[in-house]
This record gives sequence, C-alpha cells and structure tokens, in this order.
Amino acid sequence: MIGVLSYLVFFTTVAAILSIAVLGLNLQWGNTGLFNGGVVASFGAGAYGTLILGGPPQEGQLGGFELFYPLALFGGLLFAGGLAWMVGKLTLRLRHDYLAIATFGVAVAFENVMRNATNVTGGAQGIRGFERPMMETLGSGLTYNLAFLISVLVVLALVYVFLERLTVSPFGRLLRAIREDETAARSLGKAPARIRLLAFVTGSVIIGLAGALYGTFYAFVSPQDVLPILTFQIWAMLIVGGAGNNKGAIAGAFLIWGAWTFSGWALSRFAPIEVQLYTGSIQFVLIGMVIVGMLLWRPQGLFPERLVVSQPGGGTREKTQAEGLT
Amino acid sequence: MIQHLVDGILVGSFLSLGAIGLTMAMHILRFANFSHAELLSIGAYSALVFDKLFESLLPILAEKIGPLSMTGALAISIVLSMAITGLSAVLIDRFIFQRVRQKGEELSMVFASFGMALIIRNVIGLVFGLSAELYSQDIAFAMVVSRDPLLLVKPDQVFVLIAALVLMFILHLVLSRTTFGFSLRAVAENPSLAQVHGVNLKRMIAAVWIIGGGLGAVAGIFYGLSYQITPVMGRDLVLPIFAATIVGGIGSVYGAVLGGFIVGIAANLALVILPSGYSPSVPFLMILAVLLLRPHGLFGEART
Repeated sequence: MIGVLSYLVFFTTVAAILSIAVLGLNLQWGNTGLFNGGVVASFGAGAYGTLILGGPPQEGQLGGFELFYPLALFGGLLFAGGLAWMVGKLTLRLRHDYLAIATFGVAVAFENVMRNATNVTGGAQGIRGFERPMMETLGSGLTYNLAFLISVLVVLALVYVFLERLTVSPFGRLLRAIREDETAARSLGKAPARIRLLAFVTGSVIIGLAGALYGTFYAFVSPQDVLPILTFQIWAMLIVGGAGNNKGAIAGAFLIWGAWTFSGWALSRFAPIEVQLYTGSIQFVLIGMVIVGMLLWRPQGLFPERLVVSQPGGGTREKTQAEGLT
Repeated sequence: MIQHLVDGILVGSFLSLGAIGLTMAMHILRFANFSHAELLSIGAYSALVFDKLFESLLPILAEKIGPLSMTGALAISIVLSMAITGLSAVLIDRFIFQRVRQKGEELSMVFASFGMALIIRNVIGLVFGLSAELYSQDIAFAMVVSRDPLLLVKPDQVFVLIAALVLMFILHLVLSRTTFGFSLRAVAENPSLAQVHGVNLKRMIAAVWIIGGGLGAVAGIFYGLSYQITPVMGRDLVLPIFAATIVGGIGSVYGAVLGGFIVGIAANLALVILPSGYSPSVPFLMILAVLLLRPHGLFGEART
C-alpha cells in the first residue's frame, strides 16, 4: 500500500513538474505562435544553474557555491532566461524558421557543452551531492516527498493562475493579435519583435523553473536529462492537450507522461528480452506518431483553445475553435 | 592544419549535397524540414540493402573499382537508392506534409517534420538494429599526399568530392539552362503567378522532393563511405545541414553549396582550437555568427 502511495506521489510530482514546462511552452507556441525546438535547453539551464549554485563544492569542479536555495533557484531561472534572450534577440526579427533552427541548435550545443565541460558541469557523470532544501526538518522518506509534491503543485497552481490572468489581460490579447496578424498589430503601433521576445523569455523562464524543480527533486542532473527526446515529449504533451489552452496543457502532460511510463513498464514486463533492447526506439516511434497523428487528425488538441471575443458594448462571448470561429 | 582543411572540404561535399535539397524545400514549401536529414539515412540504408543484394546475386560486382573501397554493386546501388529516397520524400510529402499544409500553418509543418524525423530514425533503428554498419569491411588505406606537413587522403574521399562536384554541376545546368529549371525558380519566387503561366505546382513540388531526396541519398551514402552508417546519423547531420543553409542564405542553392563547404571546413578547423568533444556545437556557433553578422546569409534575400 505504501509502495503504491509512494509511487503515485513520485509519478504525480514528475508529471506536475512537466506540466509547468508544458505551460511555459504553451505561452510561446499556443499564445504567441513561437516555435521552440530546444525546450530542453531552458529546462536544462534551470536544472544545471540551480544545482551548480546550490550544490556542495566538488573536487576539481568549479561551482558548488552552496547558496541559499531560493537564491540558487533564482540563478537557475536567470540562466534559462538569459539563454532564451540571446537566441530570441538574434532570431525573432527574422522569418520564423530561424527561431526553430536556432532553438534546436541551442539544445544540441547545450547538451554537448554540459557533457564536455567537466570542470563546471561534472561532464557525463552530472552533478551529484545536491542537498535538497528542508531535508533536515522533514527527513528523506515519504513525508519529504509528499511535502515536495505539495510545493510543486503550489508552484504549478501559481504558474497556471499567472498565465490565465496573462492570457485574458491586454497583454495576452496583444500576443494573440501578433500571432494572428503581425502586420495588423504593427499598424496599431505595437512592436511585435519586442513583445515576442518578452513572451519567449517568459516562457523559457517557466520551462527553466520546471527544470530547476526537476533537478531539485532528483538532487541530480546529468546530460542524460537534457536529451532531445524531452523536447519531443513536452511538445507531444502540449499538442495532445491543445495548444493555447492551459488546462489542456496540464491534462496533456499527465496523459502523455502516464502513457510514457505505462508503455515503458509494459514493454519491460511483457516484451521478450530481445525486444527490450529496443524499448527506447519503440517509445520514440510512439511519441512521433502521437505528434504527427494529432496534427493530421486533431490539430486543435483534445481540449481546444477557447477563443474569447470581446464585443463592443461589454459582455464577452466564448466560442471554441471547433465551432468554426478562427 | 592542412589536414583539417582537407578533411573539412571532404565533409563539406556531403553537407552541401544534403543542404541543397533542404534549402530548396524550405524555399518552395516555406518550412524548416527537420526530417530532411533522415532522407540521408534512408538513402544510406537502402544503398546498403541493394549493395548486399547485388553482391550476393552477381559476385562479379563485388570486385572493387581501382583503389576505391567502392564496388560495382555499390555504384548501381547509389542510383537505385537515389530513386528510392526521392520516392520516399514524395510519399512522405503526399501523406503527411501535404495534409498538414492544407490544415494548418507553416509552423505546423515544422512540427510535423520533428515528429516524422523521430519516427523515421527509430523505425530504421528497429529494422536494421542500433549498431553501426559499413559498406565494406576492408580497411581503406589512406594515401600519403605529403609528409611534411603530413597530409593523408583516402581514395574514397577524393571520389566523394569529385562525384559531389559533378552532381552539383549537373544541377546547376538543369536549373540555369532548362525550362524545368526556370519553372522551378518561378514557383519559388511566386507560386500563384507561376501557376497562371501554366506551371504545374504539384509536379514542381514533387520534383523538389525528388531532387532533394536523390541528392540527400548520395550525401548519406558518402557519409557512410567516409564514416559509418548508423540509425542516428540523421540526428547528427541535421544541425550541420541547417547551418549550411543558413550560412548560404535560406533558398539559395549556390549558397547551400558554399555553406556546406564553409560549415565542413569550420567544423574541422575548430578542432585545432577546441577539444574534439565540442565539435557538435560548432554548427550552432556558425548559425549564431551568421545571424549576428549577416542574418540573411551569404546569398539569401530578406523575406518574411
């Protein structure tokens, strides 16, 4: 019983952390129409930044500043935001492919540098020995994990509320206006490049926050955690949930993470030994098929974006995209 | 130093071939195709299959041609593999990209290509296994071109470079001297206007995929001849090829050729100052440098 409970706690924690990342991506893609092909770079920047700043010193390794946790976390977010700012600044005024390619490139380079810069990042071995916050008061058992889960859920709720309010605010309207018709937005005196950059960096910081929590949860991060597949998983979560809809994003995260864990478990339990070597390949094909299949048959996702139309003379009318309002 | 430069030129020859198809598709269909590098894998693996098939059917074809590790069987396989890969590219477009194109916007296509890359790469891994394959098990000895400075070149590499240049020259003739080439450029400039003038848009799109797939297949086979064939070669090649198109300017075929050589040479020269572990990051640095200095590339035009 305790086993099931602690597994559920573990599963929910990871799914909730990934939900935060999906929410960040939703701000970029769902609300602003920015293609981020390097979600892992922001995620990894958050995780590595936090662990390097907050971790204990290691022999022959730079870093290990043992900063107070919130400070380390802040540093991680700053790292994620700074990286996004650099890429966004260079690409957001060009045609949209450039952002897709450059973000993809940043993710490749990020993983590569983390793997090789051994004296800062621990190389392939990753960063070990991180002391999780409040460990002394709460112990390391189920109590700690429950408390951690609750904190993650609180963060998720805060991010959710923040993004929901952002979406209905004038700024959210501006984002959608730029997504739908950049020229029209510009003709109204808006500066699309600057607004896009702001949305891109904000989304990346949120993804970085998810990465920081992930690193904190495992008290460990290595190049294995920043492989491109994570980008694909987070994308699949968003497209299944429905781009533009924050509730859908969270639902998608839980669904896909559930399906991923279940398929991994089922393959290791029932598949013959020879096939098990290919578990990763089979799961990757499934993720790819989810992405392509959703685009072909239900591009709006399971929970489509609810478009809010402000009408003159007050009163808002809500309509879903499925009903034909685009 | 000289060795790195020569190696870079050789790497550049297959990067260019890969980048030509990518830049053409990006120009005409207006999306960054992340699954383009998987066409190189399809090409390399289908050539492997044909190669083994011909060698067992007609042992005489298993003879090596001159000093090359290439056999008659592989030479025929290259042609067949170009056809198969071109056809696969057309089919992928017909069944996936075209439908997404009709439903959504350009970025949905980028996204679909991400998914397709994942599917193709891992299906290849499932079919052929995850370990590396080689066209020839024999060790290809390098020729010593000069001893001081030491310069080693394999006969295969010389063949690859010459063959790549010949292919590029043929493509240049087709694009600049034939009606077909003019139609293709017209479609890229203005699809609706080209259609008004009686250019069949669908056929042109298919032609772009066939050219892209065919050249991609050759690039993949040459990569396999120079290194080895693995299911993840597409993953390793996608960023250098994108870098080549960005350096050359998206949409420019000549830019892609030059970009491929520049990226190949830069990645190899970087080994002089950087530890070799960092070489996967070099294409990204090139992209950053180009975006800073000349955002539309060497031959690109500003277009949104």
